[in-house]
Amino acid sequence: MKASAGGYARANDVPHALQLLALAGAAGRILAGGQSLVAAMNMRLSDGDMLVDITRIGALRGVTDTGDSLHIGALTRHAEVGTDPLIRTHAPLLTEAVHHIAHAAIRNRGTIGGALAHADPAAEFPACAVALGAVIHAEGPEGARQILAEDFFEGVFTTALAENEILTAISVPKADAAETQIMEEVARRGGDYALTGLCLVRRAAGHRVAVFSAGPAPVLARAAMAALDAGDIDGAVAALQAELDPPSDTQASAGYRRHIAGVLLRRAVERSGGQGA
Amino acid sequence: MTIRFDNPDRPNSYIGKTVPRPNARKLVEGRGRYVDDIVLPRMVHVAFVRSPLAHARIEGIDAAAATGVKGVLRVFTGADLAAVCTPWVGVLAHLKGLKSPPQNALAVDRACWVGEAVAAVVATSRAAAEEGAALVEVDYDPLPAVTDTMSALDADTPVIHPGLGDNLAFRRLHEEGDVEAAMASAHKVVSARFRTARHTGVTPEPRSILVDWNPAESQLTAWHATQAPHMMQSVLAEHLDIPESRVRVICGDVGGSYGIKVHVYPDEVATAAIAKVMGRPVKFIADRLESFTTDIHARDHEIEAKIAVAKDGKILAIDVDDWTGIGPYSVYPRTSAIEGNQVVNLCGGPYDFANYRARTTVVFQNKTPTCQYRAVGHPIAVAITEGLVDMAAAAIGMDPVEIRRRNMYADDAYPVTSPAKMRFEGLSHHASMDKLLTLMDYDALRADQAEAMKRGKRRGIGIASFIELTNPSPFMYGIGGARISAQDGCTVRMDPDGSVVALSGVTEQGQGTEAMLSQVVAEGVGVTPEKVRVITGDTQVTPYGGGTWASRGAGIGGEAALQAARALRHSILEVAGAMLQADAGSLDIRDGQVVNADTGAARLPLEELGRIVYFRGDTLPKGLPRELVQTRHFITMDYPFAFTNGVQASYIEVDTDTGVVTLLKHWCVEDCGRVINPQLVDEQIRGGIVQGLGGALYEEIHYDTDGQLLNGSMADYLVPMAAEMPDMVIGHVETPTLESDLGAKGAGEAGTAGAPAAVMNAINDALRPLGAQVTEMPFTPERILRALGTITD
Repeated sequence: MKASAGGYARANDVPHALQLLALAGAAGRILAGGQSLVAAMNMRLSDGDMLVDITRIGALRGVTDTGDSLHIGALTRHAEVGTDPLIRTHAPLLTEAVHHIAHAAIRNRGTIGGALAHADPAAEFPACAVALGAVIHAEGPEGARQILAEDFFEGVFTTALAENEILTAISVPKADAAETQIMEEVARRGGDYALTGLCLVRRAAGHRVAVFSAGPAPVLARAAMAALDAGDIDGAVAALQAELDPPSDTQASAGYRRHIAGVLLRRAVERSGGQGA
Repeated sequence: MTIRFDNPDRPNSYIGKTVPRPNARKLVEGRGRYVDDIVLPRMVHVAFVRSPLAHARIEGIDAAAATGVKGVLRVFTGADLAAVCTPWVGVLAHLKGLKSPPQNALAVDRACWVGEAVAAVVATSRAAAEEGAALVEVDYDPLPAVTDTMSALDADTPVIHPGLGDNLAFRRLHEEGDVEAAMASAHKVVSARFRTARHTGVTPEPRSILVDWNPAESQLTAWHATQAPHMMQSVLAEHLDIPESRVRVICGDVGGSYGIKVHVYPDEVATAAIAKVMGRPVKFIADRLESFTTDIHARDHEIEAKIAVAKDGKILAIDVDDWTGIGPYSVYPRTSAIEGNQVVNLCGGPYDFANYRARTTVVFQNKTPTCQYRAVGHPIAVAITEGLVDMAAAAIGMDPVEIRRRNMYADDAYPVTSPAKMRFEGLSHHASMDKLLTLMDYDALRADQAEAMKRGKRRGIGIASFIELTNPSPFMYGIGGARISAQDGCTVRMDPDGSVVALSGVTEQGQGTEAMLSQVVAEGVGVTPEKVRVITGDTQVTPYGGGTWASRGAGIGGEAALQAARALRHSILEVAGAMLQADAGSLDIRDGQVVNADTGAARLPLEELGRIVYFRGDTLPKGLPRELVQTRHFITMDYPFAFTNGVQASYIEVDTDTGVVTLLKHWCVEDCGRVINPQLVDEQIRGGIVQGLGGALYEEIHYDTDGQLLNGSMADYLVPMAAEMPDMVIGHVETPTLESDLGAKGAGEAGTAGAPAAVMNAINDALRPLGAQVTEMPFTPERILRALGTITD
């Protein structure tokens, strides 16, 4: 099919982008990497979109060390996330995640901000953000605000972001010295969306577990985290499976996803070097 | 003069060698010319309004809003096109009892599957046509949809076409010997239920057609991505009421076909009808979503099967009950009964046994029509047969190689007729198995499997022997009344510069047909392959022929090319003899030079001979034949089909926690007779294996019970991709067919035929110690875990 865009404008900076977005009203769509939006437009799942192209806003790109955390600009491409030395050192979960995301052509274009704002329940980055306890940075007509990742993802393709806001960055706490960060997922083919995936972060403050492709949004598995903190892997698996209400689709049933989440948790814990706590 | 194929150092020895493909650079550099690359003056685009319901009465169509869209020129309904295009019926006389209702280019009154075209919007751009199509209001009255195969004939299932009486399209029962008696007295009887998923071919280039009607010439020209230009010429002529001679079908570069592009598609015929009505060029390029709902589907079979074996592993009987749902229409003109018919013809194929019963039941449903896709019926029949043989081997504690050894036709048994009444001219099951076992080092692999087990890794080895039907005679379609040529022709001419042009009725879809033809002609005439230009795919230019399908390009088209080339060589030497005052028999042509046959001494370059013939013919003797153009046709006569054979092996690892199957390695030894171009054949086999692996592990079209297609995109219809594909080792045994000088049989489908069964057997080899077995394809992680009893809800 041929896309049917309502209009296109390129923003020079964030205030300009916000202005364009306000003008576009409900039809406004931020165009960053375009790896989900353009595909949707080409299938006419979305039409009449007023595209606000933010890709030339240099300030939204790149990774900086801000002391306790890393600031990752929204326009940082997946491929850049995957090779960035700061990320590799301080947030290796994101580095590992990139290996699971789609294929090279998509990773060269897709952006971390786009992936977070799109909030595909099967995507890796939203779950990483939740597992890492990341903070989402947004700017709107009222100014800038910060949203905790676990409060950001509300459902399938829906977030706490207001219609007139732009996701500008994500900041990720730097891993502590003994921290381990692990991603496990099962996909039908390399690069496919996961049938189910799991992020495990083991840090001094305790375990964090986020599961993706097992519900409408990444699931922060608090009961499983508590069980891991208590050193109870079997209890953690049972708790995790109780915490999930996964969907069934043509690729896998809810039962399969629930089972796999437990398998992935065990594998992640094993890779992290022990029984937890 | 016959070609000494046994002497690889003979002059002009291009047959049997890997020579470069003449069109490879063009395609790699993006300089191919596909239908969508062609832009004609006054050309318009058509987009189709497609039914969102699986079964519905069309109460009305309101195109008022659509015609108001800028660029939209006209909207056609089914009734509009029915006035200029007659309906067709997809039956063949030799498939006794096959029935199907008339099918129109656009649905009239009733839509029968999700995606069926119900109106056409013509506009100056595809975008405008789509814009218009979205605004066409169709008033549908939903009808109950039939989606399940096994209950399609139940009394309480609605009949899709009341005029036909029931939902049965075709049923065939074949019986040989006494199956019941053999089962009753057998040492072991093993039964199983198999399922193969609905697939589609997913060609890189979607279906494409551009049709122009020139009223001044009364000629219709269709640029068409098709495998069978002459068949399409005949179809368009008949249904648009144009003399066949006034329809020209041109088939340029085609981006893959796999059988998908050998059928008559209603939207493509509609495009031609619209071009005729509007008197201007109309282009239709299917998009990917349209491809999933309207390209033919295939392989949607459910099977109950049994095998009876003696204590020594001898197969006593095979009993197969095959069911398939084909959508609401049998596809024209090849029909949708062929696949089920092939299952009956092919089950048990490699084995010498006496008692065979097979029934296929082909029913209508409200889903996309199914029809012939690469290796038609083979992957199903091979999965049934090889699955049963492995289960029987396990039941009597015999090695899977050994049970095959004890049952395969001996290599010196031919000619032989199978219990399915297939006639085999010459096969090499045992030699192929020998070669396979050497290539894979079977014993070492078994040792590796045991070693892996110690590390907790479940690995499995699967073997699948198979036969493949190639080089079809008129017994495939012609005897049923279809205007589909089993004969093919080639014209070879020498131009003044000594170069050679070959015009062939077989076609190129990216697989290397033209490379194959160039080397056959090069050897036949005595020039280098780069001196040969090959022209295919133009009904107004090439000799009449069937095109490329059922693995016939090399075996039929190649032989016609060889005979034409040899005839041209003879003509050239006749002229050369006169010019050189020598006996033509003492001369030969090598590397574009006339030479003395005995010494190889150069006598006359072909360009000099060409200069004299074409520009100084006055210097040649009056009455000397100077026909530097020759045409020959070839058709197989002795056997209905040239069967090939082979055997594949798969080595896999199953992750029993996640159900994920990893393909470790794959082997195939096959016998396609004379190998003309080893690299092309190997890559055909590899590509075929990949499609077979797709069926084994990934590909499955899903419908819900209302007949809604659930996965119509590349994101959720999973095709095999490079990262998951194993290394594939290909080997050959050559048993040339004696029907032709070339001796080539087909190689296009062998890979697809055997791969799914090899993978199934490998998985079951890995799972057997756990008491689990899978027989429903694709073998998804979930199906593996359910077979293991890990998940039960």
